[in-house]
Amino acid sequence: MGYNSKPFSERLDWFLFFLYLILVFVGILAVYSAEYNSFSEPFFNMGKSHMRQLIWLGISLFFGLIILFTDAKFFFSVAYLAFLIGIFLLLLTFVLGSNVKGSHSFIKFGGFTFQPGELHKLFTALALSRFIASSETNFKTLKERLTTAAIALIPAVIILLQDETGLALVYFSFFFAMYREGLPNAILGIAFGGIALVLSSLLVESGPLSIALTAIALLAIWILRTQIKRQKIILVYIIAIYGFGLLFSQVLVPFAFEHVLKGYQVERIYSMFGQDVPIEFRKAGELPKQDADYNVRQSKIAIGSGGLMGKGFMKGTQTKGSFVPEQNTDFVFCGIGEQFGFWGSSLLIILYALLIGRIVFIAERQRSVFSRVYAYCVAGILFFHFAINLGMTMGLAPVIGITLPMISYGGTSLLSFSLLLFVLLRLDADRHVLIR
Amino acid sequence: MESERNPRSWMIIGLVLVVAIIFIGRLFQMQVVEDKYLVWSNDQSIYRKVVYPARGTIVDKNGTTLMYNEVVSDLFVTPVKIDSTFDTTYFCSLLKINPAEFVDKVKTAVARNGKLKTGIFMTQLSEEQNARLQEELFMFPGFELVERSSRKYPKPMGALVFGYISEISPSMLKSEKYASYRQGDYIGFTGLENVYEEQLRGTRGVQYYLRDVMNRPKESLKNGEWDTPAVAGSTLQLFLDADLQELTEKLMQGKMGSAIAIDPKTGGILAFVSAPTFDPNELTGPDRNKNFAKLMNDPLTPMFNRAIQGGYPPGSTFKPITAMVGLDVGVITPSFSYPCAGGYYACGKRIGCTHSGGGHAANLKNAMANSCNSYFCDVFRKVVDAKKYGNFRSGYSEWVEYMHKFGLGHKLGIDITGESGGFIADTGFYDRRNHSVNYSSCNMAATGMGQAELILTPLQLANAMCIIANKGFYYTPHFVQSIDGDKQAEALKPYLIKNEAVSHIQESYFQAVIDGMEQVVLNGTGRVAQLPGVKVCGKTGTVENKAIIRGKVQKLDNHSVFVCFAPKDDPKIAIAVIVQNSGYGATWAGPVATLMMEQYLTGTIKRQGLVDKLENAKLIKPYIYYLDSVRRVKDRMNYLSKNAEKIESDSIKKVMDTVLVNGILEHFGFKQQFFIKEEELEIKHEN
Repeated sequence: MGYNSKPFSERLDWFLFFLYLILVFVGILAVYSAEYNSFSEPFFNMGKSHMRQLIWLGISLFFGLIILFTDAKFFFSVAYLAFLIGIFLLLLTFVLGSNVKGSHSFIKFGGFTFQPGELHKLFTALALSRFIASSETNFKTLKERLTTAAIALIPAVIILLQDETGLALVYFSFFFAMYREGLPNAILGIAFGGIALVLSSLLVESGPLSIALTAIALLAIWILRTQIKRQKIILVYIIAIYGFGLLFSQVLVPFAFEHVLKGYQVERIYSMFGQDVPIEFRKAGELPKQDADYNVRQSKIAIGSGGLMGKGFMKGTQTKGSFVPEQNTDFVFCGIGEQFGFWGSSLLIILYALLIGRIVFIAERQRSVFSRVYAYCVAGILFFHFAINLGMTMGLAPVIGITLPMISYGGTSLLSFSLLLFVLLRLDADRHVLIR
Repeated sequence: MESERNPRSWMIIGLVLVVAIIFIGRLFQMQVVEDKYLVWSNDQSIYRKVVYPARGTIVDKNGTTLMYNEVVSDLFVTPVKIDSTFDTTYFCSLLKINPAEFVDKVKTAVARNGKLKTGIFMTQLSEEQNARLQEELFMFPGFELVERSSRKYPKPMGALVFGYISEISPSMLKSEKYASYRQGDYIGFTGLENVYEEQLRGTRGVQYYLRDVMNRPKESLKNGEWDTPAVAGSTLQLFLDADLQELTEKLMQGKMGSAIAIDPKTGGILAFVSAPTFDPNELTGPDRNKNFAKLMNDPLTPMFNRAIQGGYPPGSTFKPITAMVGLDVGVITPSFSYPCAGGYYACGKRIGCTHSGGGHAANLKNAMANSCNSYFCDVFRKVVDAKKYGNFRSGYSEWVEYMHKFGLGHKLGIDITGESGGFIADTGFYDRRNHSVNYSSCNMAATGMGQAELILTPLQLANAMCIIANKGFYYTPHFVQSIDGDKQAEALKPYLIKNEAVSHIQESYFQAVIDGMEQVVLNGTGRVAQLPGVKVCGKTGTVENKAIIRGKVQKLDNHSVFVCFAPKDDPKIAIAVIVQNSGYGATWAGPVATLMMEQYLTGTIKRQGLVDKLENAKLIKPYIYYLDSVRRVKDRMNYLSKNAEKIESDSIKKVMDTVLVNGILEHFGFKQQFFIKEEELEIKHEN
């Protein structure tokens, strides 16, 4: 255990820590510029969101420091307890929940409100990691897998009941960790294939889509030609999947849109992606609502108008004019896209990819399963937020209210991501210790 | 440990990379490849505020303000931007209009400019409407307030001189000439406003603002880098004398006709009245359209500019010109005498003369003072039959040429719109009218006394006086003395050219005619025009005129005409006054002219009694209304016959028109008091 004798400062992953800090400061500037106008007060004004965000950073760093000076085994031992307390808090919101922007998922605590659902991501990650890491768990059996899924999905269901769809969906990101620990490839394939099929049926015109599907099927047959020679059943599978894909995209979706769903439902589905309803699905006499896709349309305008170099810091016309709703929380990326253009927003995407990649790298160097699963949980959560949040601002993903980690304004959100990362940093500092 | 790397971790890293690459690709497409987002962004976030320059104003010769600007707000609408969330009730309550009016106004805007373009919704909002609306405007997408200057006239005079401004019409906008105008711009339609549009207009400024989602302008875009300032229009200084103009309008009220005063030395117009007139303030302000319709339908046609559009036979006031031509051609001398015994019989049919006393036409001076008809008919015939021209036809052509040189029979080129050129019959006209070329000077002998086939505008008459006063030259009559203080401005160049068409005529001939005109005032028919201490030269005229009433040519009351200039030796003012259907030249037109001279030359009016008498004289005859209705029915008939095909295709319209015409006929058929009985018409002899 010579490694452990190294000073703590050398064992800490500074690279991850600085990535975290950079993103938080980008976030504070983004929030500042979103609220800035030429008549506003100086930077250091306590009434402004970016200053409150700074205070939340202080709080986060304070808790982070406490975490860093806690024994890594502590997190292993309190995992289940924390999970139960988290569930309790979640249930408590049904009783004590205060109404914040139409959602009942917040609890008022003294002067400020917080969202147990946000914090519970940490508890779920810990509990899930501990369960998978326990010596008696054999992740190969269906029973164990269902239990793991239950740990992730129970809080998701509770949160769903609180009408926080976005937050609930985040809990599906624990499947990344489960996949890494041995969930069959097929499940991932089916899940992504399904998502891809649904999205493409909605977003791609039927002609090109059927050609693409055919091409993929032929490609699969060519790649798997040797296996097919041995096992004819694979060919049947491929053809069956191909047939289902065609049936779904060419018949079921149009049929549902034309005959089953009401006009406003079709519109809502399309507006989630910031798309206009295609003419063939418009009901006679129903005109498209101008504002159904307002958020995404404005978001795309803001980002798209940034151009290659951006309009310059604090010179975003869309941001200043408050055209994009929620522009310092869910749609905070618009301000960055508009002010810093293609290079700035690409840089941000690269930063996120680095962050997630670093976490995966960290995960793989852990000696204990607990730390590794936990790291994958964190990577999964961050990846889900990153993909869905940016996707929705660019009209590639449905608009479900989830934040951009570290950047969106919101105290609980920043705190919960900070805690997730600091626990990871703490576990990583003891990566050669077997935690159990 | 690195070597034990789980392949699934690569799958996950790969997934992250794929998503990142998709995002970057999408960003590249949105931000670099496509530019529609930038267009949309500018469209919704940049507010282009047009700053209208203050339109140039107009002052009189002494710098007195004749017209100024008042800042008002116009409400513009872009119909397509009105959406279902629009709170019509509240909007209407702010403007104090009812919803039906709202719908009407929007429909009008759509009809005029289409749905997509911004057009006027309401002009010149009251201060109260403006204040209420400004607060809440962000609630009403598609509406914007634009500040403009509206014309105000401190004194209700000069309406036809200034003309009016109005929103440019869609058809005008299509023309190349108005390329620099935008929908909703004001443009001068008539008068000085039209002719000096370029100078008065100024340069529009544009300011760019960032606006927010509530449609509120927030801050200047790029610190005003793209902004252009508005440049105010030029100030026009006129020759018009405000006091003289005011007096003249007062004297001419209740009458129909015209009074013009020109400074012979410059051609600058000192007073310019067409009566009846109207208050120019009526054609500004929110009631503009209503007033415009009212003025257009007024049977007294106040919008008709009699001073430059009205055509009148000049009558005896033409005699000085006849004399000038006679002298120059050499057929008479100042001592030429005609043995008039109360009529001109040389051509068979008698042309009456009011005087029969011996010696009333003993020489030019006397003939002028006594306005002997026979004398000037004879002079005219002598001119056209002069031996040096060979025959009558070329003699008459020579006469027409003289007329043109005296500024008659063609437009003078005054700097307001709508001038007409009057009419001087040429041989071609007589050929057509007589269906032959076999006629002689006898057929047109009355031309010499200003009757026959010649029509002058009051402006031409006044200008002819300038020529005599100047002894041969004139400057084109015009209003504007300087533009922003510059008397040599490009637009004024045509008015600085001395017109010397008749300056070849010997000065002594001019002197003879001028002496004759002085005699008119001293001892002749125009004694009413005497002004103590000032040598006045003048000439009266009493002009016969006719109208076709119930299919018959009827003689109407004579026009009272007076022309003059003064002082004799250093003319400062030349005047022509016409009072329609009012009687002798000396009865009404003469007093108007003398008071105008008194005002202009002495600066005050001592004869207040005369002013009061003229001011209160109501000289518009009832049959004018009747003639107007006849004209309207005739116009209507003409219109119907001209557009017969078009109307036939539109049966509903046709029915309506027929009803309308029948209605007019019936209406006036019962109004007997508007007909004049033939026996009531007193046939007056030429003075």
